[in-house]
Parts: sequence; structure tokens; C-alpha cells
Amino acid sequence: MLFTIFAIVTVAGATAVICLRNLVHSVLALIVTFAGLAVVYLLLGAQFVGFAQVLVYIGAVAILIVFAILLTRNTGADVRVSIDDSWVWSGVVVAGVFAVLAWAIYHSSVSHSATLAQPATTTQQIGNALMQQYALPLEVIGLLLTAALIGAVTIALREQKEAR
Amino acid sequence: MTLFASNSAVETADQFFVLAERWIVAHVPGTARALVADVISAVALLAVFASLFAMTTVLERKGLGRIQNRYGPNRVGPFGILQPLADGIKSLTKEDIVPLAADRWVHYFAPLVLVVAAFSMYAVLPIGRNMVLANMDAGVLFFFAVSSVMEVSIFMAGWSSKNKYSLLGAMRAIAQMISYEVTLILAAVTVVMAAGSLSTVTIVEKQAGYTGILPHWFVLTPWGFAGFVLFMIAATAEANRSPFDLPEGESEIIAGYFTEYSGFKFALFFLGEYIGMFAMSGLGITLFLGGWTAPLSFLTWVPSYLWFFAKLLFLIAMFIWIRGTLPRLRMDQLMNFAWKFLLPLALIDLVAAGLWRFLPNEAVRWIVCSVLVVGSYVLLGRGLARGWKLEKRVYRFAE
Repeated sequence: MLFTIFAIVTVAGATAVICLRNLVHSVLALIVTFAGLAVVYLLLGAQFVGFAQVLVYIGAVAILIVFAILLTRNTGADVRVSIDDSWVWSGVVVAGVFAVLAWAIYHSSVSHSATLAQPATTTQQIGNALMQQYALPLEVIGLLLTAALIGAVTIALREQKEAR
Repeated sequence: MTLFASNSAVETADQFFVLAERWIVAHVPGTARALVADVISAVALLAVFASLFAMTTVLERKGLGRIQNRYGPNRVGPFGILQPLADGIKSLTKEDIVPLAADRWVHYFAPLVLVVAAFSMYAVLPIGRNMVLANMDAGVLFFFAVSSVMEVSIFMAGWSSKNKYSLLGAMRAIAQMISYEVTLILAAVTVVMAAGSLSTVTIVEKQAGYTGILPHWFVLTPWGFAGFVLFMIAATAEANRSPFDLPEGESEIIAGYFTEYSGFKFALFFLGEYIGMFAMSGLGITLFLGGWTAPLSFLTWVPSYLWFFAKLLFLIAMFIWIRGTLPRLRMDQLMNFAWKFLLPLALIDLVAAGLWRFLPNEAVRWIVCSVLVVGSYVLLGRGLARGWKLEKRVYRFAE
């Protein structure tokens, strides 16, 4: 019952993201989608993932998109889109990706085991796993993100110098 | 020890509201009990903190008046204490003006999202013993997740007004909130590390107990003190309060993101901002000031919720004092302060908290952590101020 409501909200938000002609409206619809997904996580008992979803996707990613839009475009006007040949090809690509994903999910062992024992995962367990078993991958991701951060700053600095 | 003679009376006073709620819930048919209990708690939180907001507006105006050598509100009721009532009636009866160019729906929803997000934060704050709406496993994370939604509502308000001042204010607010959120969360992480839990209730429990008469609050450790100061500075910035009130700088951009709001929606923004500030202070109390626990061991007979609100009022008084004392920062100062000063200090504080956990000797860890925290503060401050030419300001007039 609850799942149905929030699934509908999530899908409606996702549809609105594509259909709305104003970029900022699309971002707001995207936020609704993120929130809907977070609620679905919570319904599945994944508290940590659900809150992290809100914190990271609404608090950071959506705000980042907003900044990107406001700094690069004139947001007042609605975007007009004309349908042309590229739509056909992108449609084919989308259908292909969807088919592959659907095939993978359908044939995976997880979707066929009838009743999965719901793992009662506490935040503490996630923390322990990240700090002990998966400490190295975590460090590698941290290094990668730091490298990306430094790279971004370097690019921004160079552009600033060229502008002068 | 006569104070402890009537132990059960103390217990009843402490748990009065909890028992009252249980009594009401016991009179409801079984299926609706959980719902009724939640509704009662939520309504109580809404009522208490909304009236605290009303009280704070008049306290703040009185306090600022005192600091600025004027009277403040003194016409409505004795000493002007009924001023919030008059303000409320005024904002309710005023016309709600929506600009013609505004994006009607987004404009309408922005204050609602703000107030809902601000009030949701109280769900995880333990305001007394056994007095928390939702004891979640990831309570602190919930708090920060909901507070990040407030940024979205501020953007919605600023963008939908189609007013350059509103948009400027919103962009300033978001840039500021993102910058200071990093410090805020890092300062909170020190406590999460020390307590080993994200649950607000567990964090308060970890600070229970006394050594001599002093409590085991995290603020009474070197890393905890530094963390508390960092947290409160970042919380001031998150709440857009002076000296970090650039997003609302009246003299520069009118009122920032809520320029185009009038009547009750304006009041909602005001409410949301103050409620957010109380919630941030409440989290600061929970994380560093021992939540609802008494500050001295012989004061434990005072009901726990009174301690929470005493601490909250103390922090509010500090906020008012700071607002009356400090001038507004410039944008570059704001960003430099956040990224070059607060962030490194927060990271070093994190290391200090880790060392505190693993150093064996009490004396050694006090010395090491204090040196780390104070040393980094002094060195970083000196290093950043090296290029400055600070001289005594000379006024050429009125001599």
C-alpha cells in the first residue's frame, strides 16, 4: 500500500523531469523523485541508505544541478524541443539499455528466490563493514574523489588566468 | 541530602509529560494507539517550539534594543511582552501578494517546505528523559538530511520570486549553507565517533554520569570544546544569522530570498528560520552539552526537560548577544573563514577526538589533545593573518 503510493510518486516525478519544459521545474521534480526513492529505502528498512539518499542527492546533487543551471543558462524562458532524427536513435539506445537491464534482473538469482530473509542491518554494522572489511575500497574512493577535486580546482584556476 | 528524600516526587515531576501521554494513550482503542501517541508528541513539539519562537522574537527585540541603547517594543501589554500576539494578528490579516511574474506554485510551496523541514528536525531531539518522538538508529543522519532540504526551499523561494534580489539572496544563502554544512557535519562526527552511535538518545546516554560534581559532557574535553565552538559557528551560518546574515542583508539586497513574500508566508519564513535555529541549537545541546542531563551532580532532581530548555535559552541568548555585537561579514571573508579556517580546524579536531579515544593515560591525552587543538588554532590564525595590516582605526571627525 505505502510502497504503491511512493512508487507512483517516484515514477511521476521521473516522468515530470522529462516532460516539464522549464529546467528548474525539472530539477524540482527530480528532487521529488529522490525523496520518493529515499522513502522506498526506508520502507525496505534501510535507514542509513534512505537518509544518506536525502543528504547526498537532495542536499548536494540537486543543489549542484541548480547551481550549474543558474550559472550557465537563462532560466526564465522555457526550453522548446523539436523532435528530429536523433530521437529515434536515442530511443533505440534507451530501449537497448532497458532490455539488457531487464534481462539481467530477470535472470538473476535474487529475483527468483521467493522469500528473502530480511537482513536487519544497523548503522553500526554498516560502519564496521566500511571500516574493516571494505576499508581499502573506501580509501581508494576517497583518493579518487580527492584527485577529482584537485583536478576541478586546477581547471577552474587555469580558466581564471586565461580570462585575465 | 533532604533533596533526595522525596525520590518518587522527583521521578513524577521528571516523567510528568511522558506519564500524561501514556495515560491518554491508554484510553484509546488498541489499533489507534501508536498513531495517537505520535500525534500527541508531534502536536506538543509544534506547540512548544512555536511558542518559544513567539517568546524569542520579543526577547530578541528587547535584547537588541538594550544592546543598541533603545527601548525595543514596549507598547503592547506590560513591557511589550504581548508584541508577538500583535505581530501574529498583523501577519494573518495582511494581504498575501504574489508577484505577477512569480512562478505561482513554486512560490506557494517554498515556505511550506521550509517549515515542514524545520519542524521535522525535532523528531530526533531528546528534549527530556524518555522524551523523544523517534529514537532512530541513524538519528543524527536524519537531522542533517532534513536540514539539507531547507536549502532546497530557500532556492525555491529565491528563484520563483523572479526578483534579482531574491535570486541573489538565495544563491548567497545556498553557497553559505553548503560551505558551513561541511564544518557542521565534521564537528558532529567527532561526537559520533566518541559515542559510537548515530542515535541521539544513545549520545545523550553516553554523556550521563559525573566525576566529582562535573558531568561527562563532551564539551568538557579539548576536542569536544573545539567541536562545540565549531558547531555553533557553523550553526549560526546555517541559520543565516548575524554575523553570517549576508543572504538577508537588509541594506544590500532588501531581505534576500523572501523579499517577495508578504503576510503569513513572510511570517512562515521567519518561523522556519527561528525553528531551524532552535533545532540546530538543540542538536548542539544533544551532541556536546549532555542533552537533558543536569550540569552538576547535585542538581539532578530538577526535571530533565527544564535543563534542555535552560540550555536552549542560554544558547538563544548567545545568538542574540552575537547579533547585537558583531558586524556582517563580507562574502570573501565568509568563504575564506569557512574553507581556510574552520574546515582545517574541524579536520584536526577529528584527529584529536580519535587520539582521545586511543591514548591510554588520562594526563597524556589531555595534554596531547589540548596542544593539538589550541596549537592548530593559533598557528592557523597567525598564518592566515600574516598578510594583514591591522592598525588602530583613526577617525578624522568629531575630535
